[in-house]
Amino acid sequence: MARIGVFVCHCGTNIAGVVDVKRVAEYALTLPGVKYAIDYKYMCSDPGQNAIIEAVKEHKLDRIVVTACSPRMHEGTFRKAAERSGINQYMSEMANVREHDSWVHSDDKEAATLKAMKLMEMSVAKVRRSEALSKMYATVEKRALVIGGGIAGIQAALDIAEAGHKVVIVEKDPSIGGRMAQLDKTFPTLDCSACILTPKMVAASQHPNIELRVYSEVVEVNGYVGNFDIKIKKKASSVDNKKCISCGVCTLKCPSKRAQSEFDEKIAPRKAIYTPFPQAVPNKPVIDREACTFFLTGKCRICEKVCPTQAIDFNQQDEVVTEKFGAVVLATGFDIFDSNVYGEYGYGEYKDVVTSLQFERLINSSGPTEGHVVRLSDKKEPKNLVWIQCVGSRDESKGRPYCSRVCCMYTAKQAMLMKEHYPEVNCYVFYIDIRAAGKNYEEFVQKAQNEYGVIYLRGRVSKIYEKKDKLIVRGADTLSGSQVEIVADMVVLANGLEPRKDAKSLAQLFHVSYDQYGFFTELHPKLGPVETAIAGVFVAGACQACKDIPDTVAQAGAAASKVLGLFSKEKMEVEPLIAKVDPLVCSGCETCYNVCPYSAIEMEDREVSRGNLKHVAKVLDSVCKGCGACVGACYSKAVDLKGFSERQVYDQIETVTQ
Amino acid sequence: MKQYLEEKNFKQGFRKDVERLSKQKISNCYQCGKCSAGCPMAFKMDYPPTMTMRLIQLGLHDEVMGSNTAWYCVSCETCTTRCPREIDIAKVMDTLKIMAQAGKYEVSDTEIPIFDWIFLKSLQYTGKVYELGLIMTYNIISLNPFKDVFPLGLQMFLKGKIALFPHFINDPVAMWEHLEMFSKIHKKQKEKIRETNG
Ligand SMILES: Cc1cc2nc3c(=O)[nH]c(=O)nc-3n(C[C@H](O)[C@H](O)[C@H](O)COP(=O)(O)OP(=O)(O)OC[C@H]3O[C@@H](n4cnc5c(N)ncnc54)[C@H](O)[C@@H]3O)c2cc1C
Ligand code: SF4
Ligand code: SF4
Repeated sequence: MARIGVFVCHCGTNIAGVVDVKRVAEYALTLPGVKYAIDYKYMCSDPGQNAIIEAVKEHKLDRIVVTACSPRMHEGTFRKAAERSGINQYMSEMANVREHDSWVHSDDKEAATLKAMKLMEMSVAKVRRSEALSKMYATVEKRALVIGGGIAGIQAALDIAEAGHKVVIVEKDPSIGGRMAQLDKTFPTLDCSACILTPKMVAASQHPNIELRVYSEVVEVNGYVGNFDIKIKKKASSVDNKKCISCGVCTLKCPSKRAQSEFDEKIAPRKAIYTPFPQAVPNKPVIDREACTFFLTGKCRICEKVCPTQAIDFNQQDEVVTEKFGAVVLATGFDIFDSNVYGEYGYGEYKDVVTSLQFERLINSSGPTEGHVVRLSDKKEPKNLVWIQCVGSRDESKGRPYCSRVCCMYTAKQAMLMKEHYPEVNCYVFYIDIRAAGKNYEEFVQKAQNEYGVIYLRGRVSKIYEKKDKLIVRGADTLSGSQVEIVADMVVLANGLEPRKDAKSLAQLFHVSYDQYGFFTELHPKLGPVETAIAGVFVAGACQACKDIPDTVAQAGAAASKVLGLFSKEKMEVEPLIAKVDPLVCSGCETCYNVCPYSAIEMEDREVSRGNLKHVAKVLDSVCKGCGACVGACYSKAVDLKGFSERQVYDQIETVTQ
Repeated sequence: MKQYLEEKNFKQGFRKDVERLSKQKISNCYQCGKCSAGCPMAFKMDYPPTMTMRLIQLGLHDEVMGSNTAWYCVSCETCTTRCPREIDIAKVMDTLKIMAQAGKYEVSDTEIPIFDWIFLKSLQYTGKVYELGLIMTYNIISLNPFKDVFPLGLQMFLKGKIALFPHFINDPVAMWEHLEMFSKIHKKQKEKIRETNG
């Protein structure tokens, strides 16, 4: 006969303020098998845990139920307490009467108390049939995968590699570097972006522990923490990187004029065979088959002819490899909000309305205009420039209610740079509120206004229209209560940030959750900022939320340290709550084999009695996730889940329906 | 505008009244100014739309109802189209006018409501606007009898833009339908006033 102890937690007033905890404890004592029940202010505190340990010893309890908060919060705590009291940790259960009861039914104390009693009774019913389980261990593949080669990915990879572990960076573009490579100078110090980024890019490419896989994407994910099997597709670049000596003659001679440079935000053309920018890492060109004359018309092959090392290979195919990794860092960064959504600003219609990233390329000395800021329409230097903040931020009507965090700062930066290059120009900034909460940020924005003379107008712009070769910007200055009209030569939209277009599908591959916009969801908004709900998968950079470079680098370091924590163990404890087949009952029908989403079932011929071989299912312990799909599917009731047996679940249902 | 605000003037009941009647959540306004930026009439208004929203948020009904803002609104709905917080500002302007008509709050001394009233009356009795009657009545009531008579009025008269006598709807059935419509409008108006004061 089971000897059960029930421990009812008050959680201060969180539970006891609504639920009559005394009544729950008293009711517990009436249930078969329950030998002991108490209520206590904080079960999770040291005295609370000690009370459990003492009660187990004194009353010879062999299993416990803690009626408290969510198991997500404290299951580990009470399992450890069970272990310390001398019973198997899987002989403990929790009943969640906080999130599932007191917090949601605070308006009806009586009903909440009855529900708490039921929830407790269900856990008692379950624990009655619990069996001692032993821990399982899995090996850890000490090799990390970083997806995205922006500053977040590069930093995380360098930190992991420095600690002595192998890292693979998968980057979808032909070069690593991400958005930061596109920027001119960076706030709040105005140091040159390339000058601080390129050394890191080179360090990553030369590090013996880092392998770069550019022009590649993840296409399939299997396995679990410590043992992911990940399929990576390398797109055909049509260039044999082993032969290529990066001389660049192919790009020079390529006659194709079809494509616009993605790196230059489509304000400049690029060839069909190209490296995105001169400092690209690796510095190997790729052929864009949609722009290549040979691929489109069957004629040309000029690059092949001019290449001194015969590195061009038009027959190259996409390659897919499957590799093992112990941990993954997602660092896929951001896109900017689509300016076309704001019809009133005329982006696309008026050539001199540009996005913030286009402006970065224009003012960048290694950009297509070599740092000369000119109007895209007539190549003249602008005299009056207007920045419009919050384009795709803090705008419910455009589906973007959040603040993108970096636009106030980069607007101030861009206006300052403009003033530095051309002191005689006028810079106007339309803003709603200035958010400059970082170290030295407020001072930076003040400097833009006080020292550089950038004029800030507090209001959103309603409309932009063209009049001759000027752009008329109609806005407001709510501080003076007036309408404002500015005759501008160029307008820069301070676009907000949003996740990459394919972020959601990548998250789905890993079963990582994401918010309505596609930002990856961290494990806990405060206490788990780089973990995800999927063990072994971490996040870093702007793919998790809008972030500037300092925060991105900090988060990347944090993600790396979590990966290193995982890699510091030889073996990793895993939950033994997995499926188990009874070979005597199994009929070998293979139903479970077909339904298992993790391919954790193997069919084998097994000796069930002397000389008798039987075709039966077998669970691969290290692959099974304990989802229970096989249990539901089995016709013969030959498979069951450890720690979640069918009998336990039925007993719980019976309790609640009584 | 007042130079300092006193807490006793913050009439939250007024804000709630406007929110209830316009079915718009005015507390959502974060004062971005986009409505004022695009308003074609803001140059005439005592307070541009953004500021009107702010005054309503604070519950300063004397300022709001005493201003000419709503009366100058031409219901072009530019503000409504552009508002990032999805507030139907033009509807709020309408609501303010209805509230003024209902007499629950003291209203501005602008002449626009008088003009609107005469305009509608002229329409009701003749079926078509009788310009000369409208101008004369308005000028007399607003105590400005010679307003715009010379040279503008004369020029328009000579060009045949202003007739001496009113035009009526000749078809009796159409006239009957027309009067029917007005009585419906009056009924609706009474309902609105009841709703406003209730
Ligand atoms: C106009 C502008 C100016 C800015 N100026 C500054 C500044 O002055 N100072 C500052 O601190 N911050 C600035 N920022 C912010 C800064 O750009 C970001 O903080 C930083 O780039 C974030 O780095 P990241 O690595 O997270 O993302 P990214 O730079 O976006 O890098 C992500 C990388 O992942 C790759 N990738 C995406 N999806 C996949 C996939 N599915 N598979 C493989 N690879 C993938 C991308 O190709 C890219 O290389 C600015 C931003 C903008 C828009
Ligand atoms: S609807 Fe009225 S308040 Fe709104 S923009 Fe037009 S005139 Fe201005
Ligand atoms: S546009 Fe909307 S949010 Fe902006 S000031 Fe006007 S009412 Fe307020």
